[in-house]
Amino acid sequence: MEPIHDPILDIRGLTKVYPGGLKALDSVDLSIRRGEIFALLGPNGAGKTTLIGAVCGMVRISAGSIHAFGGDLANNWRTARQRIGLVPQELGFDMFDTVERQVGYSRGLFGRAPDRARIEEVLRSLSLWDKRDEEIRKLSGGMKRRVLIAKALAHDPELLFLDEPTAGVDVELRRDMWRQIDSLRDQGVTVILTTHYIEEAEEMADRVGVIDKGRLLLVDEKEAMMKRLGRTEAHFVLAAPVSSLPESLRAYPVTLAEDGAVLSYRGGDGTGKGKAEVAAVATALLQAGIAFTALDQKESSLEDIFVDLVERQGLAA
Amino acid sequence: MINWRSTYAIYRNELARFRRTVFGSIVSPVLTTSLYFIVFGAAIGGRISEVGGLDYGAFIVPGLLMLTLLSESTSNASFGIYMPRFTGAIYELLSAPVGVVETLLGFVGAAATKSLILAAIILLTAMVFVDYTIAHPFFALIYIMLVAASFSLLGFILGVWAEGFEKLQMVPLLILTPLTFLGGTFYSIDMLPAPWDKIALANPIVYLVSGLRWTFYGDSDVSIGISLGLTLGFLALCIAIIATIFRTGWRLRT
Ligand SMILES: Nc1ncnc2c1ncn2[C@@H]1O[C@H](COP(=O)(O)OP(=O)(O)O)[C@@H](O)[C@H]1O
Ligand SMILES: [Mg+2]
Repeated sequence: MEPIHDPILDIRGLTKVYPGGLKALDSVDLSIRRGEIFALLGPNGAGKTTLIGAVCGMVRISAGSIHAFGGDLANNWRTARQRIGLVPQELGFDMFDTVERQVGYSRGLFGRAPDRARIEEVLRSLSLWDKRDEEIRKLSGGMKRRVLIAKALAHDPELLFLDEPTAGVDVELRRDMWRQIDSLRDQGVTVILTTHYIEEAEEMADRVGVIDKGRLLLVDEKEAMMKRLGRTEAHFVLAAPVSSLPESLRAYPVTLAEDGAVLSYRGGDGTGKGKAEVAAVATALLQAGIAFTALDQKESSLEDIFVDLVERQGLAA
Repeated sequence: MINWRSTYAIYRNELARFRRTVFGSIVSPVLTTSLYFIVFGAAIGGRISEVGGLDYGAFIVPGLLMLTLLSESTSNASFGIYMPRFTGAIYELLSAPVGVVETLLGFVGAAATKSLILAAIILLTAMVFVDYTIAHPFFALIYIMLVAASFSLLGFILGVWAEGFEKLQMVPLLILTPLTFLGGTFYSIDMLPAPWDKIALANPIVYLVSGLRWTFYGDSDVSIGISLGLTLGFLALCIAIIATIFRTGWRLRT
């Protein structure tokens, strides 16, 4: 991959060893483009939250460097942090405070002058305006999450971290979140989100990074990743079992299963080659006089890619 | 470079938190102090003529004020920083463009402000029960501010250190209050029989109470210079500890 010119965030050799010896991040290199939506995909315990914590100041790094907005975070953290926002994975705020006050506090805490109109705008965009005078503890779980997001947006960050923004939220809030992220993209905000919802990465992200056991396994454009690792899988249920394959099918990646009752195809590359080959296999079967009663075909999702990558990594380790 | 807006945001947020708990934070210390005045000042004090040339009721004013100052400054500041650790809201402070200076000015400043308001209320309450005058009002103010700041700093350290609510209340309840009681709030050190009058000097609170009493009545058990020096030393020690906490991220960053 080409190096990214003037990245908004540049992480080099980032390593975090927690007291007790657990290596949560293992020499991670990652560059983030200005204005992109980047999805960090990984199972629980992969190190996603630790990575965010290292950038945002909750985690002391063991080795490596982090540059944000062109400056080394070790020296420029004060100015950099004014431009970074964070929606954490867990709810955490003064539950007895009211919504508007709490969001206004966040704006001030990040060094911005009070601006009630802006706070109103943020609250309205998250459907929180009607609840502005409510105590946070009286809100539903989904509403509390929105407050967390409002707090992160209150100081108009240019780089926003969303740590599992839709884990455990209802469908409506998830849609709202996606809309929100879309509008942030339009405003030129760079978004880094972590998730294990594949559809979220597929829906939102420009690029996807796969992380497991503290190692960044692969970073690529979403489409390129699909292209590189995409697979088509098709199962033909045959009308009558066969003992061997006709010559015309030798060229394709097909196998017989279930005592010759099912013919399986696994191949393609995510560019549509797989689909075309499945069609060709179907034609070849018919020409050879082999009838089939059902055809089950699917394209591998990001999730399959992910599982595949993680497994391969596991075998290599 | 200090981030003043952030500092002010923390300060205001803390004061707003106090306002929400105004009953506990104002009414309860006032009530407690009033009870002390009634019991020790009026009931018992009536049988004690004078201490060091002072009416007993007036004599205990600085000590009682110190009692409230120490426990309120410590517990307010400790709760201030412990609560976000407990609720998880600490993430926001850690990710904000604030360092040790902003955090201290914000949290400790707010706790100290509240202590000063309380001190004023207690002095007014005292007027209801006893006649007293303040010989050095300016020094009294400075001294009260110094003590409020020092013990708010101590409270901050406590709030960072504590892993639970019991530990949070342990120091004010088990150390500060007893030491203040034994530290000459209700008696002058030289009223103690030997060797207790010497042993009492090992109690650091003796110097605080004594110093404050000097600003009120121009006379004290130990010299004001020693009191002031010790208070300043304690202040500096607390600041040094907190600076180290921030540099190492102890209990704040993982
Ligand atoms: N404060 C901590 N102390 C020790 N280990 C930790 C701490 N926080 C996280 N870990 C460990 O580090 C690993 C990565 O955790 P985390 O970054 O939270 O993963 P993710 O967000 O991808 O689920 C996990 O094995 C987790 O148990
Ligand atoms: Mg996580």
